[in-house]
Amino acid sequence: MRGNTSMQTTGASGATKKKMNGYVGFSNYPNQEHRRSIKRGFNFTLMVAGESGLGKSTLINTLFESKVYPAKDENSHAAVGTPSAPGGTKTVEITSVSAEIVENNVKLRLSVVDTPGFGDSINNEQAWQPILENIESRFDAYLAQENRVNRSKIVDNRVNALLYFIKPTGHALRAIDIEFMKNLHNKVNLIPVIARADTLTAREVEQFKARVLADINFHGIQIFRPVSDQFDDPDTIADNKAIAGKIPFAVVGSERFVERADGTRVRGRQYPWGVIEVENEAHNDFVSLRQMLLRTHMEELRDATDVSLYETYRTQKLLALGHVQDNTVFREFNPRQQAEEEERVHGAKMQKLEAEMAAVFKQKVQEKEGKLRQSEEELHTRHKDMKAVLERQRAELEDKKRRLGISDTPHAMPVHTLAAQDVAQQQAQSKDKKKRGFF
Amino acid sequence: MSASPNDTQDYVGFDTITQQMERKFLKRGFNFNVILVGESGMGKSTLINSIFASHLIDTQGRRAAQEVIRKTTEISPVTQTLEENGVRVKLTIVDTPGYSDQCNNEGCWIPVIKYIKDQHAAYLERELKPLRDRVIVDTRIHACLYFLNPGSRGLRPLDVEVLKRLTEVTNVIPIIAKSDSMTIEERTAFKRRIKEELAFHRIVVFPYPSDEDTEEDRVLNASIRELIPFAVVGSEEVIEVNGKLVRGRRHGWGVINIFDESHSDFVHLRNFMLRTHLSDLVEVTAQRHYEQFRTSQLRQIKELRAQQAAAAATGGAPPMPSQAPPQAPMASGVMHQPMTQA
Repeated sequence: MRGNTSMQTTGASGATKKKMNGYVGFSNYPNQEHRRSIKRGFNFTLMVAGESGLGKSTLINTLFESKVYPAKDENSHAAVGTPSAPGGTKTVEITSVSAEIVENNVKLRLSVVDTPGFGDSINNEQAWQPILENIESRFDAYLAQENRVNRSKIVDNRVNALLYFIKPTGHALRAIDIEFMKNLHNKVNLIPVIARADTLTAREVEQFKARVLADINFHGIQIFRPVSDQFDDPDTIADNKAIAGKIPFAVVGSERFVERADGTRVRGRQYPWGVIEVENEAHNDFVSLRQMLLRTHMEELRDATDVSLYETYRTQKLLALGHVQDNTVFREFNPRQQAEEEERVHGAKMQKLEAEMAAVFKQKVQEKEGKLRQSEEELHTRHKDMKAVLERQRAELEDKKRRLGISDTPHAMPVHTLAAQDVAQQQAQSKDKKKRGFF
Repeated sequence: MSASPNDTQDYVGFDTITQQMERKFLKRGFNFNVILVGESGMGKSTLINSIFASHLIDTQGRRAAQEVIRKTTEISPVTQTLEENGVRVKLTIVDTPGYSDQCNNEGCWIPVIKYIKDQHAAYLERELKPLRDRVIVDTRIHACLYFLNPGSRGLRPLDVEVLKRLTEVTNVIPIIAKSDSMTIEERTAFKRRIKEELAFHRIVVFPYPSDEDTEEDRVLNASIRELIPFAVVGSEEVIEVNGKLVRGRRHGWGVINIFDESHSDFVHLRNFMLRTHLSDLVEVTAQRHYEQFRTSQLRQIKELRAQQAAAAATGGAPPMPSQAPPQAPMASGVMHQPMTQA
């Protein structure tokens, strides 16, 4: 624990850096964190995927030095002929095994998720789909828990790492490998391993690894790589580089022990031509895989799952659901500002209302005027029509008058005056009508 | 031909027929055609190159990242003439790159079955010609090496589908090529499992039991059947083991000698294929598979002709045949591309 912290020249967050004159003791914080974590225990969920027969269960049992999986003896499996359904499609199952392992008072709640049936059918086009769904459903479950009112107890079942087993063909990645990794690399930390590596010589392993990495880079697949940051000491950086250089790990697992030449018993496989030792770094990369997975980068895997993979998933999901990013929640709360803003908003609202009402009024007035004009015109035309009718009638009467009698005879006169009276009456009537009809 | 010790007056001498046949054989040479069926990366090319101790074919596996994965199974035959002690063999190795390489491998066996049947059809065509060659060129597949995945719990669904179809048209020899990742116990258990599954699915692999077998043959065949599937290791590399130069593989924990019987069944496979059952393979192809094919083809032609005759008699259009028949080799013996079914 260092006594004095030295002042750094660059201030990153804008806060002033102060130099201390004595030992305060907050540098003990990581220890407190450490003790608390030990009390709480850790979760780790590991998924394995790959065709059957590549030694997945054996490797898991070797990694955790305990029978996480029951031994899959060739003698103990189901009856002959059961696996293949007609048409040769086996479904991909998801099975999970949990164990609580304790080492030096550190409690690890380990979950191993197996994916039997992957890649074993004739048509494996959608074989990765159930696996992706499982990973996403775990994200969903965590998201739901995060959104609860009472969040004191959150159970983290998210997959922290996926070991993908590659068949040791010696050529390059197969179509199913590329499809799988392309579809899952941004949902989970992908760790490709070359399975059953005891079938390849050292040179073949080297060439195969190079080709696998070339394929991975060519298709833009993101695999988990251990990175060092600036705070690590040089030893750690060197170790990380050594481990990263071996990716993808070429591994061999074994649940059996063999005897070495000097009599010691180690995990290994006994062949007529020799014995391969699982933990011998010259024989395969098992030790590096274990180192990275359990001893050095477990926290980084968990962190990457939480901070990067989960967050990306959450963002995409919420955006897809229609949530909109509202950045106003990030501003500080200032009452005066808020009151002013409210007033402004209110004023604006009032103005808008006023303008609206004015507009509505104007519109109504226009409408009414239009209607009145229209009816006036109508009346005019009617007046004209009626006048025309009357004129016609008068003309007819004049005609009749002329035919009936030329001069103004007393008999005729009353007719004429009668007619005229009629006309006058009609005119008066129509005038009345007009006057009445105006309104 | 040396003077026989039986050269008495009662000695007839027809026992020299074998030597006469041998001489004829030496002059003529013979054809041997093998097809390799298995995923890429199973060790097919290496194995066949090891068996014939020469670099016959190159691996067709995808190596470069830019190379596109093959979308269908291709058929790529390579023919070479090998000579050993005056005996010439025209060897054709047919590789099947692209087999089972895709995510969706439905029907990936169709080009293979079609090729095998086409060879039978071609032979039939040549046989039916009115003026045919003295020795008909034989491109029929005499042996099919079927490569199984080591470590699987048994036959995979694809294996079952394809083996059922392959065993109907050719002699199938199941093989585990990269068996250096299996311990002896694992191999034994795997072989037992495979044999059980083959029996369950009624898949019959070579050698077939026959009435003509002598006691010796039966014993030999039984021992061969014990070994099936052959767990072999192939290698084109020559390495030094205990001062000797052998073909093998050098691992950090040991050196595999492919000729060592305790390491792999390679020697058994080679002897079986070439030293004891080679003529059997050729003969059984001709007598069993080819005859089956021929019978079914000619029967179909007869049916088709009967149908056409019936239709012509009733005056209607010829009815659609129930199965797509090959275009019949007419009396003139000219046959067009026969349609074969996978």
